[in-house]
Amino acid sequence: MGLATREAYGEILKELGEKYENIVVLDADLSKSTKTAVFAKAFPQRFFNVGIAEQNLMGVGAGLAAGGKIPFVSTFAMFAAGRAFEQIRNSICYPKLNVKIAATHAGLTVGEDGASHQAIEDISLMRSIPNMTVIVPADAEETRKAITFAAEYDGPVYIRLGRMAVPDLFTADYTFEHGKAVQLADGKDVTIIATGIMVGAAKEAAKQLQDAGISARVVNIHTIKPIDKEAIIKAAADTGAIVTCEEHSIIGGLGSAVAEVLVENSPVPMERVGVCDTFGESGIPSALLKKYHLTAEDIAAAAKKVISRKK
Amino acid sequence: MAEKLTQEQVSQLEKYAQSIRYSIVQMVTEAQSGHPGGSLSAADILTTLYFAEMNVNPNDPQAAARDRFVLSKGHAAPVLYATLAEKGFFPKEELLTLRRIDSRLQGHPSMKNLPGIDMSTGSLGQGLSAAAGLALAARLDNNASRVYTVLGDGELEEGMVWEAAMFAAHYKLDNLTAFVDFNGLQIDGPISEVLSPLPIPEKWAAFNWHVIKIDGHDIQAIYDAIQTAKTIKGKPTMIVAQTIKGKGVCQMENIADWHGKAPSREQCELFLSQLNELETQ
Ligand SMILES: Cc1ncc(C[n+]2csc(CCOP(=O)(O)OP(=O)(O)O)c2C)c(N)n1
Ligand SMILES: [Mg+2]
Repeated sequence: MGLATREAYGEILKELGEKYENIVVLDADLSKSTKTAVFAKAFPQRFFNVGIAEQNLMGVGAGLAAGGKIPFVSTFAMFAAGRAFEQIRNSICYPKLNVKIAATHAGLTVGEDGASHQAIEDISLMRSIPNMTVIVPADAEETRKAITFAAEYDGPVYIRLGRMAVPDLFTADYTFEHGKAVQLADGKDVTIIATGIMVGAAKEAAKQLQDAGISARVVNIHTIKPIDKEAIIKAAADTGAIVTCEEHSIIGGLGSAVAEVLVENSPVPMERVGVCDTFGESGIPSALLKKYHLTAEDIAAAAKKVISRKK
Repeated sequence: MAEKLTQEQVSQLEKYAQSIRYSIVQMVTEAQSGHPGGSLSAADILTTLYFAEMNVNPNDPQAAARDRFVLSKGHAAPVLYATLAEKGFFPKEELLTLRRIDSRLQGHPSMKNLPGIDMSTGSLGQGLSAAAGLALAARLDNNASRVYTVLGDGELEEGMVWEAAMFAAHYKLDNLTAFVDFNGLQIDGPISEVLSPLPIPEKWAAFNWHVIKIDGHDIQAIYDAIQTAKTIKGKPTMIVAQTIKGKGVCQMENIADWHGKAPSREQCELFLSQLNELETQ
């Protein structure tokens, strides 16, 4: 098992703090959990706790950016994208301010805290705002690269991070290209497009499908916005069927973003693996992924279904 | 002024509080997850409300005339569950299912899951608004029921709390009584260092609330403050209850780290034996 993406965030943020004096970090009483505490320890003069006040977190971030700083602001995804949605929209994205929102504990795998803390709508909310960039890293290395990109890019970025340790998928030589999908395996019968912690499950599903004589392409879409239209259109042309997988509601997230590209360019049968318009609940992450049908088996089943729908 | 509690009543309530603390430590250990510190600090407040004051009936949990309770600091769900079980809303054994998949005892209180929960909470800063709404609904119905809520002191940093504070005072919701569990700690450390909400009583007074300051582990004082609140007309009451986070388990007391950490099984045995000793003193 590798690191949780939030752990990688904490490490790289400290490194970037050394490189860029303009980076200022804000947190809302969750610095031990979001891992901004690592930065706080190294650069106490550039770390500010706003307390349990997520709306103010975003507003102060906007002001710091307008004042020429590069603010990284962190809290749980629920309280960033959820509680402070309108501050993000009007104070950060409308003026296109250079605020980096690194939101941790996204998705069902928050686990035992339950539905009130499980953000399964944040991708949807964030990608609907003009000027926003939305990135969902799949492992520790991709997180390091994505956070580095965010620090060097001029404009608002939402980065979705997880609580649980995830397997390493990429090595240190991995290059992160903003807005470019990453093909992890080629195949001809179906394309599985995944994001975040579901990328590992998608690779596993492809192996299971191979054993059943089905050849699946696996594509990691880390940048949900702007989305890699070309990669999606090509996958549709090459394999004729698509499955999307995300630890997020099937409404408005990766599945919706891919569907939007397909219907306007090259409609092919598509299935969405995600949380089916329901709240989560308390439980250990593995049990939740199983109960809410977010496993490699569920992806493989969706792949078989979508292939059967091909004309 | 209402009657004082008798010494017998006080010691009976203290026994309930100890039993509730025992359940809190047990259930958080069993779940290996959850928030013991802020649950233990609020145990005496919930005990006094549920066993000496509130009109609630475990056999009729939806009764229209009942008093309502909103745990605004929803992460302290264990103290609410332990209190409801102690009161007979559901079997105590069920406490050990806390935070497990398919359990009615969600990590944060969910009113659709468990009888006795009057409002779903967990996102800090939202409970006082809901409590104000419940109080307003009762007034509109000429219902004499009263509404109680408990907030964390760190929770006071949420702006929405002060929007609700203004609302409740503006509409003179004197059937609403709130507590601040003033334990001085939040997750990242002491409230005075993280982002100070101090001074607390003066702020509520400035927002036109009736304010009472008490020792939040003194059952008689909690009871008296609730009785006073019932006599205050035209204003909601805020009871600022000075407490100790982790109260009752000396290794946990005043340690920020025990905010959201479960004891190991070995620690649990030690903590439970401490609580047993307290009970037999
Ligand atoms: C809106 C929101 N932001 C952040 C959190 C995460 N969180 C849970 S408990 C807590 C600290 C609460 O401190 P306090 O209100 O003092 O509670 P207590 O000390 O009584 O446990 C935080 C930040 C949350 N539940 N809701
Ligand atoms: Mg506190």
